[in-house]
Amino acid sequence: MDEIDTKLIKLTQDGITLTHAPFANIAKELGISEEEIVTRFENLQQSGVIRRFGASIGHRAIGITANAMCTWNVPEDKVEEVGAIMAGFSEVTHCYERPRYPDWPYNLFTMVHSYTREDCEKVAREISKATGISDYSLLFSEREFKKTGARL
Amino acid sequence: MVQLDQIDKDILNSIQLDFPVETHPFEKLGEQFGIPEDEIIERLERLSNAGAIRRIGPIINTKKTGGISTLVAAKVPENRIDEVAEIINRYTEVSHNYLRPAEYNIWFTMSAPSEARLIQILDEIKAKTGCDLINLPTKRLFKIGVKFNIR
Repeated sequence: MDEIDTKLIKLTQDGITLTHAPFANIAKELGISEEEIVTRFENLQQSGVIRRFGASIGHRAIGITANAMCTWNVPEDKVEEVGAIMAGFSEVTHCYERPRYPDWPYNLFTMVHSYTREDCEKVAREISKATGISDYSLLFSEREFKKTGARL
Repeated sequence: MVQLDQIDKDILNSIQLDFPVETHPFEKLGEQFGIPEDEIIERLERLSNAGAIRRIGPIINTKKTGGISTLVAAKVPENRIDEVAEIINRYTEVSHNYLRPAEYNIWFTMSAPSEARLIQILDEIKAKTGCDLINLPTKRLFKIGVKFNIR
């Protein structure tokens, strides 16, 4: 990643303009062609610096208002297998293994987004059935104090 | 709530993962959906103004850009929730912060250039609030948030 890549990300991370040629002004500012911008984004994605280039959805605005953090107590030797099954659910947007603590037994975390709490609970039941993990807890978000994407 | 017609839904389901990164992306989307470029732009403007689209741009992988991140849970007494949430929010390193009623009830994510900085922030929050915190960094990643199925 060179200096132009960094500038390119900084100039686009808050969103490109909805115009016929959204990269034209950025290209001018960086002194490169629009085609080079396209190539640079392809390379940035290939190297994993950016996960994707696309739309971030305001899921609450379109009615996907329920979001549950499902936390699962999974035996260590099952984590790999169970994590893969959980990740396969389309309603699961994030799936991670995290450490346990004396008062926190849950080591797998899945975020489930859907239209209603009942939908989320249903998905959790389906995941439980598919994985055989019955010790789990659903934490619904009741208030959002802050939400921002990662920025350079 | 934003009212979406079928074309809006199809566009939204498509451009989360398959946005055409080209010199004229909206022209390309027009071809893809069989509607004029101007209509694509009008629809995207309407969806952006209504909050259905937050932005169209690159989604950064903080791990690759040298940052590290973590999830933290705090045990906060009911009557101190606003105060503690506000202390946590003051850190620009905090990206998400939610109330999730349970024993550990305030859940926030942070990212910073170094682990030392994350630990420093955690120590400061502990000192300022007196609340119990558990630090839950990712040990293994199975999936990272991408696509909402809009129906």
